Amino acid sequence: MTRQVRWVVFWLGAAGFGVLAVLAMIRMPGFGSLVHPYRDLAVPLANARSTPNVVSALNFDQRALDTLIEETILLGSVVGAAALLRPSDHEREHLATEEGRTLEATRLLGYLLLPMTLMVGIDVVVHGHLTPGGGFQGGVVLATGVHLLYVAGSYRTLQKLRPLAWYRLAEALGAGAFVVLGLLGLLVAGGFLVNFLPYGTSGDLFSSGTVVLLNIAVGIEVASGVIVLLAQFLAQALTVQEIR
Amino acid sequence: MSVFPYLVAAWLLLVGCFGVVRSRDLVHTVVCVAVAQSGTYVLLLSVGYQKGASAPVQGAPGPVVDPVVQALTLTDIVVSATVTALLLALVIQIAKREDTVDADKLDELRG
Amino acid sequence: MDPAWLPPLGIAVPLLGSCVLLAVARFAPRVVTDVIAIATALISTAAMAGLLVATTSNRVVTWAGGWTPTQNLTVGIVLQADQIGAGFALLACVLTVCALIYTWRYFEDAGAHVPVLILLFMAGMTGFSLTADLFNLFVFLELMGATAYALTGHKIEEPRSVQGGFTFGVVTSLGAYFMLAGIGILYARTGRLGMPQIGSALDGHGMDALVLLAMVLVLTGLLVKAAIVPFHFWLADAHAVAPTPVCVLFSGVMAPLGIYGTMRVTTTVFGGVLPPSTLHHTLVLLGVVTAVLGAVLSLIQRHLKRMLAYSTIAHLGLFLVGMATLTANGVAGSVVYVLGHAGVKGALFLLVGALLARKGNVDEISLYRQGTNDGLTRWLFPLAALALAGLPPFGTGLGKAISEEATGSPWLIGTFVLVSAATGGAVLRASLRIHFGLGPQPYEADRDTTSGDDEKPEGRFPHRTPATMLTAILVLLTGGLLVGVLPVISRIIGDGAQRFLDRQGFIEQTLYSYEPVRLAELSHVEWNWAAVLLGLLSVLLAVAIALIGVFRGVPQWLDKPLHVVHRLHSGHVGDYVAWLVLGIAALAALFSLS
Repeated sequence: MTRQVRWVVFWLGAAGFGVLAVLAMIRMPGFGSLVHPYRDLAVPLANARSTPNVVSALNFDQRALDTLIEETILLGSVVGAAALLRPSDHEREHLATEEGRTLEATRLLGYLLLPMTLMVGIDVVVHGHLTPGGGFQGGVVLATGVHLLYVAGSYRTLQKLRPLAWYRLAEALGAGAFVVLGLLGLLVAGGFLVNFLPYGTSGDLFSSGTVVLLNIAVGIEVASGVIVLLAQFLAQALTVQEIR
Repeated sequence: MSVFPYLVAAWLLLVGCFGVVRSRDLVHTVVCVAVAQSGTYVLLLSVGYQKGASAPVQGAPGPVVDPVVQALTLTDIVVSATVTALLLALVIQIAKREDTVDADKLDELRG
Repeated sequence: MDPAWLPPLGIAVPLLGSCVLLAVARFAPRVVTDVIAIATALISTAAMAGLLVATTSNRVVTWAGGWTPTQNLTVGIVLQADQIGAGFALLACVLTVCALIYTWRYFEDAGAHVPVLILLFMAGMTGFSLTADLFNLFVFLELMGATAYALTGHKIEEPRSVQGGFTFGVVTSLGAYFMLAGIGILYARTGRLGMPQIGSALDGHGMDALVLLAMVLVLTGLLVKAAIVPFHFWLADAHAVAPTPVCVLFSGVMAPLGIYGTMRVTTTVFGGVLPPSTLHHTLVLLGVVTAVLGAVLSLIQRHLKRMLAYSTIAHLGLFLVGMATLTANGVAGSVVYVLGHAGVKGALFLLVGALLARKGNVDEISLYRQGTNDGLTRWLFPLAALALAGLPPFGTGLGKAISEEATGSPWLIGTFVLVSAATGGAVLRASLRIHFGLGPQPYEADRDTTSGDDEKPEGRFPHRTPATMLTAILVLLTGGLLVGVLPVISRIIGDGAQRFLDRQGFIEQTLYSYEPVRLAELSHVEWNWAAVLLGLLSVLLAVAIALIGVFRGVPQWLDKPLHVVHRLHSGHVGDYVAWLVLGIAALAALFSLS
């Protein structure tokens, strides 16, 4: 199809969709309304299980199956990206000896911020049931924190301090831990992904049952997964070369 | 107008598709897919908002906004990030095999 | 064991298996990883077979996380299995086992990426068939999608592979995001996310513009997966380039799951607000257009995998027409047709894969007379082509005949016969040229269509077709035959179809745990003389079409219109998305005008 024909097809569709969207959206409940039946059920149940962060309670307790599949999507995408970005038959990985210079200020800030970022990341993961945050958010903070080694240092430094085999293993273990906790719920309490551990008192670190453990499992998996994913892209940009 | 956020969401979905249709660069196409998805974030979060309510973390007095849509949006964001990564990996390989990222010049699959 | 454990096991076992596989892949020998993968798939198959047996007495309802409803209020995710859902899950597991057997030792793959992706894909398909929560359905759809994009583009050295994977990824993702927008709108209107809950909340309030928009958006995601016109453009590109065992999974179960999802959502969620006649007319129209377009396009392909892909599109249209009758016989016929088609189409894809392996080519014209010395495959190929057309007693013939009788309209019956004859005839024509050398040397056609040359082989292969490949082909073909021959299968599916359409029972059993009403005996899901005659008629027409194609070719006066049809399927992602947007508007118009 030529560009003009493509335009006509698209505009016809967009016009129809636009008209329907306007007619429909004016019938939506007003922005900021008071009626949220699912919330009225979820919040008291979360408090009953000593999970102040209701979003975490929803993600890891009430709708835990969604989160299991969501982290599986992350796992699948990391494996898929690794498969798609593997060096092909005519390529090999070779790091050029000449790497750019980093400013002294960048280097200082990076090395200062690295331990702080890792601490913050671990805090976000482990306190996911108490404060806003959780496994996914904290995992991403951890993964990007590790890459401060690349920003502040060099790719070589990153490669030395980021043994990929360990991260691949950690990713598999993190994902597997989630499934195993779910299966333990099946064996112990008769339901997959049942929250079978004692709930404790609200505000404690070890409270809300399995939500803490699932948060940590997801944090490990997401951090390792994102590190492996970024490693593939960095390798493509910096080291993969065609064999001439 | 109290349905304005929903119209913005529909607009973002449409604009994302518009970008994909007229794109000349595959990286731009991938970003337009992400734009279309951000329309769904706006829709979900607007559905859950309640005027005068606070965040769904205990300790905040009074009513809280709907945490269910926040949980859904979190799932949505993870899905978006992963799909974007996969599509970008495919774009890298297309660029290497075809020496171009212009969608109009790719004609390996026809008919 | 409580049958309610089986649906979560169907999801958890492949996930656990792929985690184990990922952990050991780097330092275990190849044999170990293959064994772990196949063992995981076999355990899942056993679990799903057990689930199917359990569903014959009752629906199996599981509330994930133990969140059973208290005082009819729900916060959890519900999984529901009837015979149809369990049947689809079992089909997914069986096809995965066949795909993994086919790749045994022959895929060049460090790090076990392909088995892991295939197992995760199987988890996505199983979950999709067993869930009864709309957002959960979306999440499983995305899992299927993400793993499918990576599997499609796996042959990164071929430019067309990565291009096909990219267009597949963009179109399906956009469809899924539209579906999520629809789910958000339904949540705003009803405050619920589960299918039974939304269904009962919408009941009695009628269909206004908001519910219409939500329905159209949710159906967009599902119809893109089901490759219904005008959302079908991605399927041929993806099938032309994906590795052969992956094509078996796509055609056999992933695309039909889109049809299953469409019917599940329209009947349970919108069953109270959408008049059945509206649904029937709209889906029949879409199905017929898809079937005819797929048939025409498959006849004019030279790339064998693209030919099979367009024939899948045609059959998906026929499945939709059968299900759209909204009668138990129609649904049962379509499901039997899906099962038979999965076996036959899977065998055909693997046969083409064997050709690719030994000759390095999947082009009908370049392979002319190249296959005359093949052994068993020389006879299996035309047999599978005739089975595709509906040869009795294959499952394709049985399913087709029951769907035809359920439609009750001579025009639709004629469409079924012609479309199945056309697709079977196209494949038979290719086989007659390649394996039997019939007809004159075909000339180099115009450059409108993708040719099947420049395909890279998928592994190292010896001079004969390996035993593992032949085993997989024979297993699939025999499976397609058994679906039509074993009466127990059609009986189970017949009961399942009744339960599938029983919306009231679905809502009551999932939300309130009421015992289901005993179903009446559904007869007529079996061979009769009309069915045999219709099947033989399709086969005869297929043979005629194949012979005309071999000896006369396409008439001159059809060149111009066919050229236009070719130009529409350009491989350009912008085109596909433009048609996606137009399709949404058209779908809304069709529903409001019916």
